Amino acid sequence: MEYLSLIIGAVLVNNVVLVQFLGICPFLGVSTKVQTAMGMAIAVVFVMALATTVTFLLHYNVLVPLKIEFLQTLLFILVIAALVQMVELILKKVSQPLYQALGVYLPLITTNCAILGIAVLVIRKNFTLLQSVAYAVGIAVGFGFALLLFAGIRERMELYDIPEAMKGAPIALVTAGLMSLAFMGFAGMIK
Amino acid sequence: MNLFKELYRGLIKENPTLVLLLGMCPTLAVSNQAINGIGMGIAATFVLVGSNVVISLLKNVTPDKVRIPIFIVVIACFVTIVDLSMNAYTPDLHATLGIFIPLIVVNCIILGRAEAYASKNGVLASLVDGIVMGIGFTCGLTVLGCIRELLGNGSIFGHRLVAENASTILVFILPPGAFIALGYLIAVVNRSLKKKTS
Repeated sequence: MEYLSLIIGAVLVNNVVLVQFLGICPFLGVSTKVQTAMGMAIAVVFVMALATTVTFLLHYNVLVPLKIEFLQTLLFILVIAALVQMVELILKKVSQPLYQALGVYLPLITTNCAILGIAVLVIRKNFTLLQSVAYAVGIAVGFGFALLLFAGIRERMELYDIPEAMKGAPIALVTAGLMSLAFMGFAGMIK
Repeated sequence: MNLFKELYRGLIKENPTLVLLLGMCPTLAVSNQAINGIGMGIAATFVLVGSNVVISLLKNVTPDKVRIPIFIVVIACFVTIVDLSMNAYTPDLHATLGIFIPLIVVNCIILGRAEAYASKNGVLASLVDGIVMGIGFTCGLTVLGCIRELLGNGSIFGHRLVAENASTILVFILPPGAFIALGYLIAVVNRSLKKKTS
C-alpha cells in the first residue's frame, strides 16, 4: 500500500515535468510526434530505474563510508553518462530491434536533468533502496504519461492557425501550463 | 572585440533563456520570486565563467574524443564549489533552490557554451562570453521572476506594490503560471525581435 501511494504520488501528484520542472528539454524537444514520444518514454523508464539503483548503491556503499558525500554531483553525472553509453552498447549487441527503437533517444537522456535530479532527490528524501526504485519508476512513468499526452495535443495543434509570434515554443509552453493546471487537480489525492 | 556588442548578443540577440530556449528547467522552477531568479542566475554565471575559462585553457591538451566527459568533470567541480559555498553563506537561498543547484551541471547553456565557444576560442574571449551569457540568463530569470511575483503575490523583491487587500492571481506563483508566463514572454520577445529585423 505504501509503495502504491508512493508510485501514484510520483506519477500524478508530483508529476516530474508539470509540477517539479525536471526534464523540460526533452519534454519540449521530442513531443512533436506521438511515435517518438513513445520511444523516449520507454527509454526514460528504463534508464531512470537503472540509474537510480546504481547511484543509490554507490552513494551508500562508497561515498558515505569514505565521507566524501560532497563529490555526489560529480560522481552521479559521470556514472549516469557511463551507464547510458553502456546500455547503448549492450542493446546494440543483444537486441537489434530494441536498439533501433530506442537507440537515438539514449544519448539524449544523459542531458535529461530528470535522471540526475531523481538520483539526488531520493538521497535527500532518505528513501530505502526499494522505495527509491519504486519512486524512480513512478516518476519515469509520469514523465512518459505527460510526454504522450502533450505529443497528442501538439500533433493536433499543427492543424490550427496560431498567431505568428506564438508558434513553436510559446504555444507549447502555454499548453503545458494548462496541462499543469489540470494535474493540480490530483493534488488532494495523496496526503 | 567590442564589449557593447558582446553584451547585446548575450542579453538580447542570443539570450539563452528567451531566444535560444536553453536551461528551461531552472528557469521555470526557480522563477516564482525575483530574488530566487537572481540567486540562480548568479550561481549559474559563476559556473559558466569558471568552466569557460578552464576549458579554454585546456583546449590544446584536450583529446577530441573524450572532450565531453572532460567538460562535464570541469563543470561538476565548479557546481560543487557553488553548492558548498551557498550552503555555507546563503543557507536560506540554498534551501529554496534545493535540487536545482546540483542540476546546474546538466544545464544545457553551460555545456553548450563549452562546446560551441570555449573549446575554440582564447581565454579572454571565453571569459567575456561566460559573463555576457551569464548576464543574459540572469536577466531572463529575473524578468520572469518579477512578472510572476508581481502577478501572483503583488510584490517585487518582497516589496508589496499593490493594495493590502487587493486579490492577486495566485496561479502565477504555482507551477502552471511558470509555463504560461514564460510562454507569453517568449512570444513577446519573438514578436519584437522579428519587427526589428524586418
